[in-house]
Amino acid sequence: MTAFVEYLLTGVSRGLVFSLLAMGFVLIYRVTRVVNFAQGAFAIFGGFITYSLLKAGIPHGVSELLAILAAGLIGLIFGIIAIGGDIPLLASLVITIGLSIFSEAIGMLIWGTTPITYSGLAGHDFVIFGAFIQRQYLIVVIASLVVFVAVLYGFGRTYFGKAMSACASNPYAARLSGINVKRMGLIAFTLGGALGGLAGVLITPLSPLTYNADISLGITGFAAAIVGGLTSPGLAVLGGLVFGIAEQFVAGYWSPSNETAVALALLIVLLLWQAKRVPAGGLE
Amino acid sequence: MKSTESTVDSANRLNSHDSVLATIDLVVRYGVSVALHGVSIHVGKGEMVALIGPNGAGKSTLLNTLSGIIRPASGRIVCNGKLAHVPEGRQIFPDLTVDDNICLGAYRGGSRDPAPMYELFPQLQRLQNRRAGGLSGGEQQMVAICRALMANPDVIAVDELSQGLAPLVVSDIARHLVELNKQNGTAVLLVEQNAQLALNITSRAYVIENGHIGLEGRSSDLLRNPAVRAAYLGGVR
Repeated sequence: MTAFVEYLLTGVSRGLVFSLLAMGFVLIYRVTRVVNFAQGAFAIFGGFITYSLLKAGIPHGVSELLAILAAGLIGLIFGIIAIGGDIPLLASLVITIGLSIFSEAIGMLIWGTTPITYSGLAGHDFVIFGAFIQRQYLIVVIASLVVFVAVLYGFGRTYFGKAMSACASNPYAARLSGINVKRMGLIAFTLGGALGGLAGVLITPLSPLTYNADISLGITGFAAAIVGGLTSPGLAVLGGLVFGIAEQFVAGYWSPSNETAVALALLIVLLLWQAKRVPAGGLE
Repeated sequence: MKSTESTVDSANRLNSHDSVLATIDLVVRYGVSVALHGVSIHVGKGEMVALIGPNGAGKSTLLNTLSGIIRPASGRIVCNGKLAHVPEGRQIFPDLTVDDNICLGAYRGGSRDPAPMYELFPQLQRLQNRRAGGLSGGEQQMVAICRALMANPDVIAVDELSQGLAPLVVSDIARHLVELNKQNGTAVLLVEQNAQLALNITSRAYVIENGHIGLEGRSSDLLRNPAVRAAYLGGVR
């Protein structure tokens, strides 16, 4: 029972981090129709920058916030590179793959190849059903829930959010209505960067990150986003939770080395399911 | 609106003070090919004007240039008021609700309350929370017109009102346009392949062919014009 609760709660909080990454995918895709394969890189930058700021003596809270803002700025720069010119969607997508590889190189040059971690907000572990839970998990849950509510409300209820969705729904008509489609895309990249940064900030104290962890984080986030057809933030959150919990149970009851394999198998199943559900070309 | 090159002489040719929208020697190029060769048209305040012509004549290019989507190579656009564009193929936001589609028409400013639109097209009222992509072609055309009207325009340019719609639906929507024109004094620039419809509901018309204005005149005269009849109204020359 104790082990079960521990795996479940760990899985939920890791899942929420995947959900944050998935939301970044959804946000950028909903506005630009670009699948941003550099999404995982934002998390790495978020974690690494927090680490450096903490090491430089900047207090907790401020470091994390600055790192998230920096990730947002990186998102904006990536956005300018990926969608700034008048290029086809497929080219933008390939650019994001390039940016992801480029980010790994930058990460390795600045932070090296050893895994990086820092202690989360200091505090006692607490006990639920006999399971020791780090306080960091609680922070993950609260922070991500706040962000989810804000994103869901922002997209679903506000005029600005609807205008953002209109950009991907029909870019030409959006321009006719006076919406600056390019600027909306850059805003989406900025917000996507910040969401990815937040994911990195939250997960680094729980599991040390290496410069190339963006691939596994990105793939899991992408898989979670696929659950919602890349367009539904709500289903993306659900997808993240499923992946997080599945991963922990596989690691706990089977073997940690099978985590990624199971996540990838789930991704393939989901892609096949989506392909069946949505007619060919429906997600382009 | 956009103006690239001001030609005072041609501006004087036209009494621009009572026209709400005018183009003067508008030239548009796509790469090396020329889509519009010096097109001059004008739409008076509260006037209903038709622009007819075959596929590829430059009708949609002209409207997209008026809306600022395409930059002209030379020539001028004079717009004394607000222009709203109902694009070819309706171009609604398929993933958004009818309500959201209509409200986004007010993005540039003005009231975001869609209620007046539901008075104009009561059949949209019960569909307001439906995804616009699931509506019929006629309903989508209504949504597209409402979205344009939300900008509170002085002139509304409608591109291919009849495209892909049943004749009864077309005449219903056309009637709404005429009514709108009469009641609010909104000028209408109607771009149509269906010349019969366009000439019937407008007072003046232009015939565009290969990027040139071939003919212009009163719609009733063009309806009787043998060349127009032969080319666009299925008549025998």
